[in-house]
Amino acid sequence: MANSASAPKPRRLSRRDSSLGDKIFDICNYVLLTCLMIVTLYPFLNTLAVSLNAASDSIKGGIHLLPRDFSLENYKYVFRENTIFTATTISVLRTVIGTIVTVFASAMVAYTISRPEYVLRKFITIAFIITMYINGGLIPNYLLIRDLGLINNFWVYILPGIIGVFNLIIIRSFIEQLPESVIESARIDGAGDFRTFFNIVFPLCLPVLATVALFTAVYQWNSWFDVFLYNSSNVELSTLQYELQKILQNSNTTSSAESAFANSVNGSAIKVSPLSIRATMTIVAAVPMIIIYPFLQKYFVKGMTVGGVKG
Amino acid sequence: MEKNTALAASSMTLKPQPTGLRLFFKRLVQQRMLVLMSVPFVVWLFIFKYVPVWGWTIAFQDYQPALPFKDQEWVGFHHFNALFSEDRFLIALRNTLAMSGINLVLGFVTAITLALLLNEVRKVAFKRVVQTVSYLPHFISWVVAAGIIQTTLAPDGIINELLKWFGVIDKGQEYLFLGKAEWFWGIFGASSVWKDVGWNTIVYLAAITSIDPAQYEAAEMDGAGRLRRMWYITLPGIRPVIIVLLIMNIGYLLESGFEPQYLLGNGMNVDYSENIDIFVLKYGLQQFNFPLATAAGMFKTVVSFVLLFSANHLAKRMGQDRLF
Repeated sequence: MANSASAPKPRRLSRRDSSLGDKIFDICNYVLLTCLMIVTLYPFLNTLAVSLNAASDSIKGGIHLLPRDFSLENYKYVFRENTIFTATTISVLRTVIGTIVTVFASAMVAYTISRPEYVLRKFITIAFIITMYINGGLIPNYLLIRDLGLINNFWVYILPGIIGVFNLIIIRSFIEQLPESVIESARIDGAGDFRTFFNIVFPLCLPVLATVALFTAVYQWNSWFDVFLYNSSNVELSTLQYELQKILQNSNTTSSAESAFANSVNGSAIKVSPLSIRATMTIVAAVPMIIIYPFLQKYFVKGMTVGGVKG
Repeated sequence: MEKNTALAASSMTLKPQPTGLRLFFKRLVQQRMLVLMSVPFVVWLFIFKYVPVWGWTIAFQDYQPALPFKDQEWVGFHHFNALFSEDRFLIALRNTLAMSGINLVLGFVTAITLALLLNEVRKVAFKRVVQTVSYLPHFISWVVAAGIIQTTLAPDGIINELLKWFGVIDKGQEYLFLGKAEWFWGIFGASSVWKDVGWNTIVYLAAITSIDPAQYEAAEMDGAGRLRRMWYITLPGIRPVIIVLLIMNIGYLLESGFEPQYLLGNGMNVDYSENIDIFVLKYGLQQFNFPLATAAGMFKTVVSFVLLFSANHLAKRMGQDRLF
């Protein structure tokens, strides 16, 4: 991105750029992009406002960007719920464990297939790449998971997705760009392949591993379908996203009944309402990733470019 | 270790080794550390990615879950015939193609436009803020996105409020957007753009940085304005990337996604929201018609495979070696 910032510089000097047409263009462009930002951000800010507003007041509607009757009651309620506390724990666990396992395993396999002398290099690379084109599909996968005894099991979140081909390829391209002399010198010092990988290559790969870690963490944190498919009968293994999905599915089918229920309760007496719980859960489910990604922007922009252009 | 590399080098230069297989195993033993680091994951790959492909056999059987494989009755293409005479499947196929088509066109046009507009922003700080904000929806789950979309489109949501404010509709005439089946494709397209337009600009912005600034200067000398420079220099400059991505995406024509349709779908819009993936889920895991659902999934994978393969071939012929 640094290049694009420096590219327009010579243009700034010219006379033409101060012409009327140019100014109109600039104004339109800024207005358009500002509109885009508003359209992107408004729904989040609105949901945040509802989650921070007293439930009895939210029912009246008309809350836009700021809470009208500020209250943390919704958050207190949500975190006092046992199911949601467990679900948050499971979400955090699968994100942390899944990310560590994926980053380490992907880097290790990527290192082996980046070694030109490795006899199985081609075989392993092709075996992984084929899986980009062919997958068994929902039913055979379900039957496999069932036969492996992974139904109602935490490890169903981790095991099926350890290594993604895309991750493998971007790490491999990164390792191949490292100077061979670094690896050679480790060899001369008598380091075996694992030591070379763990002590030399792994630390050098941190920029690309940050990208892979972010992608994996986002995937793990945001998953709900595997919970629905494999672990929906065990509340102890539910995740935040799946709990939110259940709330959405309910309000989707019974929205009128629910608001009738909400209205029938005396407005001042109720502390929570489906509307407020939903908004609060949405914020809780969205916020961790929203906080993390801007710090890793530099890395994932690079990672996406390597993966997208070089494959 | 040095012996190891020396051996590798010698085998590269002197190809016809007398005992190929023995040499192979000799080197395998020498490289046992690499083997130990990778082979467990190859085993993992076979179990989790290749074994399910064997499950396609179900599509050709009168599958009885209780029976062992050898006792299953083979029925040939019976389930595929049933599939193509099943109305729900044909509807699902239509919806899949329509939604991925909409997504393809809309996704490309919006991402390229946004990349072009961002490229024209001269205030670096403003550009960076727009980029960061536009990536945001990519990092939330479809569950969260669907919740937000439902709220936005609800009768008391912001869209209806704006329509009332502009006088398009009167109070009491609020639209139930997700209840209008024929609007679903549009809502799906708009939602996908909202979620991923910023993310999709990354590749284009990277491609734009490789355009030679001298071209812009020359165009300026010739009196080309901003719009013209965008049209005649920036756009042709990223054309190779656009073409490759377009071809690749055609390969994913049967992959219209699952989560947005499932999460935004309801009884009122099911005729327009149900795609092949939802069909597979419904028939397979809710009605337990494993063979029919497997046949539908297999159809999808095989067609995608053919599309992807031809797409790759086409992209290679056009001189792009992005592909695998």
